[in-house]
Amino acid sequence: MKKKISWYIFKYWYTYLFAILCIIIAVTLDLLSPQVTKRIIDNVIVGGDLDLLPRLLLLVFMIGLGRFIFQYVKELLFDINSSKIAAGMRKDLFQHIQSLSLSFFDKNNTGELMSRVKDDIDQIWKAVGFVSMLIIEVAIHTTIVLYCMYNLSPKLAIIPTIMLPVMAGLAVFMERKLGKIFEEISEENAQLNTVAQENLSGVRTVKAFAREKFEIQKFLSRNKRYYELNMKQSKVFIKYYPYFQFVTKLLPMIIIIIGGYQVIQGEISLGTLGAFTEYSMNIVWPMEMLGWLSNEFASAIASNKRIKKIYEEKPLITEIDNPILLDEVKGAIKFNHVSFSIDNKLILNDISFNLPPGKTIGIMGATGTGKSSIINLLQRFYDATEGEIELDGINIKNLSLKQLRKNISLVMQDVFLFSDTISENVKMGDRYHIKKHEIIEAATYSQSRDFIEKMEDQYETIVGERGVGLSGGQKQRISIARALAKKAPILVLDDSTSALDMETEHLIQKALSQIEATKIIIAHRISAVKNADEIIILDEGRIAERGTHETLLGEKGYYYDTYIAQYGEYLDELKKDAVSDPEEVAECL
Amino acid sequence: MSVNAIRDDEHMQSVSKKATLTRLFRYLLAYKGPIVSVIIIMLLTVAISIINPLILERAVDVHIANNDFERLLKLGMFAVSINIIFVILVKLRMYLMAKISNHVLLTIRQELYSHIQKLSFNFFDSRPTGKILARIIGDVNSLKDVLSNSVTTLIPDFVTILAVVTIMIAKNWRLAMASLISLPIMALGMWYIETRSHRRWQIHRKKSSNLNAFIHEDLSGMRIIQSFTAEDETEEDFDQLLKEHRDSFMHAVILNDAFGSVIDISWGIGIICMYYTAIKILRIGSDNVGTLIAFATYISMFWRPIMNLSNFYNQLITNISGAERIFDIMDTKPDITDSETVIELPEIKGEVVFDHVSFSYDEDTKVLNDVSFRINAGETIALVGPTGAGKTTIVNLISRFYDIQEGTITIDGYDVKDVSIESLRKQMGIMTQDNFLFSGTIKDNIRYGKLDATDEEIIAAAKAVNAHDFIMKMEKGYDTELKERGAGLSIGQRQLLAFARTMVSMPKILILDEATSSIDTHTELLVQQGIEALLKGRTSFVIAHRLSTIRKADRIFVIDDGKIKEEGSSDELLAKKGLYYNLYMAQFKNL
Repeated sequence: MKKKISWYIFKYWYTYLFAILCIIIAVTLDLLSPQVTKRIIDNVIVGGDLDLLPRLLLLVFMIGLGRFIFQYVKELLFDINSSKIAAGMRKDLFQHIQSLSLSFFDKNNTGELMSRVKDDIDQIWKAVGFVSMLIIEVAIHTTIVLYCMYNLSPKLAIIPTIMLPVMAGLAVFMERKLGKIFEEISEENAQLNTVAQENLSGVRTVKAFAREKFEIQKFLSRNKRYYELNMKQSKVFIKYYPYFQFVTKLLPMIIIIIGGYQVIQGEISLGTLGAFTEYSMNIVWPMEMLGWLSNEFASAIASNKRIKKIYEEKPLITEIDNPILLDEVKGAIKFNHVSFSIDNKLILNDISFNLPPGKTIGIMGATGTGKSSIINLLQRFYDATEGEIELDGINIKNLSLKQLRKNISLVMQDVFLFSDTISENVKMGDRYHIKKHEIIEAATYSQSRDFIEKMEDQYETIVGERGVGLSGGQKQRISIARALAKKAPILVLDDSTSALDMETEHLIQKALSQIEATKIIIAHRISAVKNADEIIILDEGRIAERGTHETLLGEKGYYYDTYIAQYGEYLDELKKDAVSDPEEVAECL
Repeated sequence: MSVNAIRDDEHMQSVSKKATLTRLFRYLLAYKGPIVSVIIIMLLTVAISIINPLILERAVDVHIANNDFERLLKLGMFAVSINIIFVILVKLRMYLMAKISNHVLLTIRQELYSHIQKLSFNFFDSRPTGKILARIIGDVNSLKDVLSNSVTTLIPDFVTILAVVTIMIAKNWRLAMASLISLPIMALGMWYIETRSHRRWQIHRKKSSNLNAFIHEDLSGMRIIQSFTAEDETEEDFDQLLKEHRDSFMHAVILNDAFGSVIDISWGIGIICMYYTAIKILRIGSDNVGTLIAFATYISMFWRPIMNLSNFYNQLITNISGAERIFDIMDTKPDITDSETVIELPEIKGEVVFDHVSFSYDEDTKVLNDVSFRINAGETIALVGPTGAGKTTIVNLISRFYDIQEGTITIDGYDVKDVSIESLRKQMGIMTQDNFLFSGTIKDNIRYGKLDATDEEIIAAAKAVNAHDFIMKMEKGYDTELKERGAGLSIGQRQLLAFARTMVSMPKILILDEATSSIDTHTELLVQQGIEALLKGRTSFVIAHRLSTIRKADRIFVIDDGKIKEEGSSDELLAKKGLYYNLYMAQFKNL
């Protein structure tokens, strides 16, 4: 739902209108002063009518007061509007970005997206705020001044009338020239952000390799490029901007010369020339400002273009028009000849399995064979290229995306915790419904209660970004608690106990077996999948072996090898106790 | 260590505005030559600006009054020519100033960034990345206008004001006094606004930083947000932050917007007083209309720069909080620094000795308590124990990520505190639990471990850790571009690449903290075989939970409660039937 900037502006048209009204009043008042000056000179000084003076001076004061009020109101109104527009645009852009699919985030760097939501919107904020205020002011001001000038002396007024379009043309021309450079600057700003962002996120790696100097150099080259682009922009600006000043210096001169000629000829009075000169002073600063304004405007337009690009991205995963909303999710999962490829690379190849509600499937396999992709497909982070995935007998593509995802609780392989309290992290996704006792329950199941309750603030302890400050095992356990707290009918554990010691893992496995849910367990440890109703072994995206613990041991394939690698020695110990064959051992166990 | 959450405003040292300003403008002093040129140019341009009304006055009072059109025209030509000079001078000035201010910006940003690189983990751990980023990008950018306007507004405007005042006084001091009578009103108004709005802008900057932090974290955690369908919740949070951001802005501008108005009204009062004095007191008549017109021009020439100055002042008040935030980081002292008598660590053999080492992160709870051990060069040591027992802490101390409170740590007899951090870490290969891959090619990522590594060395390292095969299966092999954090690769593959990166430098001391936790057992065996030859003669520390990973270690340390509870080879420890035996047996409990 891309909205154009104009949409946001029109949303506040009445306040803008009111603000413009204030400008008109303020400018009019501003321009009344030369009229008063004229009367002071013509009537009071030349005419000698001194009684008029107090009234005229009071008028000057009233004008000042009026301007005081209307200037303030107009500035405030523009600030109110522009900040509302900026907040609104930011909100919508954020919402749009959140709706995009994972493949978008795979391709775009965090630092870049950040600078769109932050810096680029800031530029637009400026443009719809004081920049447009000044542009409107300049326009109104010039119109009124011109009107007054025509009233005073139509002949003299021709001079500024000719100059104005020239100036305006120059401003537009300059804006075009600058626009391209500002786009580059905005791009480079994003790059700068990206480099810094990566460096800060990877600070442990940087320090471990003592690569600080290398990183400083990397940043320096970006920083320098940013400097060069800014200089490029300055040069263009310098090329044109002084002409605005030149014209503004010259205009009063020309008027004096030509007007002076007319005075000499007796066509106009000296007072008229005085007032006209003052008007011309009044018309020059808006013109001078025009140059600077078009610079600011160019920058905002460039930013807007960048933002538009993000709006052009459409979420790849979308719901059908009338998605099915299940009354109750039971948790039956079926993969029917599912294949999946990214960029023509086959990730999953003809995967089929049937997982009735409450049952458990274990998935094993070498790294990079597509285990996590199965979960990505199930939660519809990507769509399968071939085959269907069904939940409770319905193709997941026809289901409500939200319902689908909400009913699958995931423990991710690389744990991500938010820098918030532990309890907020556990509640995340359903924060208005999860009660304190449910958090504690989930913590108990995930064996995290002990260490959490040892902390000073317990569940209200703030964890650092990504869980900094906690050990790897502690992070994993909170992440398990987060998934369990949702009490979803489907639980997915993606290598979620890798950082835990054996003892703790054992306790968690025991606890998990009591939880009633359809479970998908990806693991490298035999102990994690051993009790599953079915175990599948992936190899290069295909199912290479499948069966239960017992039948797979019998096949003497990958599963058996893994088993021997992990437990072989223990079996050797047992062998000493006169059991000769590992298979028999397995049966014994 | 208190952690700053996204929603909480940052706490900052309070520094006087004057100190911040002096510090900021000291950067300009590095450009003495150009600045002097700028000042000279500006004096000239100011002179021309002042001559302009004099020409006008002469034109009206002399030439027009005398009906002398020819002279009027000549005067006009003169005016045109000096204004052409004016334009050229302005161009030159703008160019110099753009160069100076952009360069200062470059310098400040680079200094800030370099300083951040020196800071220790405590700094990074206690605040969200987005807030540090806000300072490097947004806060530095906010100084741009202040810097470029500083010399160009301050000096000519001051000179103009001075010159105008002088001329006014010289021409008619009474009229001059009358025109300037409203200055105190203005000063009072500005003082009132300024004292109040500074704090409000500080708050606004903090809110802005919070917003940045939120966006950063949200983008980083998008996968988990979408998975838990927490989009509504994050939008709600974002709305709240947006509202705070906007409110803090409105709170500040409600004062600041009055700036212009205050000037306007003072200006008006000045004009009234001028006319009143001129006509009522000085009884200026029709023959001196030119003087009056000139005075009116001077008044606007006086107030225009005042307006500019106050705008600049306003800008300064708005943005100085950005400078404060930058200097706040620059003033943060790194916890871990090279001592003054630092020496370069010569090439080491790899002997590591802990002598009565005690350590705590926050001075309250001891994470390590009186730990002593000696590790001979070439030994492989495995650290086992429950999560949170202090295993990672021990390896963090060897690489001096933190400084210990008691005892000494020596490598080949050198105290780690006495050698330069760079020379120490360069000889170590450290694989931390969170392995960060940078955006860039696979090759560049492996090369990060040894910047001058040849392609052969890179491939050899990748082969050793069994990463070569999957790399070659990718379309562009080693030149495949990775995204931030290695998005697109499986976690196991990322771990293998990080492993290769650690191995490529052939470090004398190798630290593997859960280096293979996300890798399947089969691949892990291949990795172990692959690096076996490479590990010969190198000291290595291995932390792992899968006991199959550590069985081959020369010695195993069982760590619990910050102490080494057991020590010995796997067989010895099993025979002991102590902690290790229990840990070992735990893995079979589930069978």
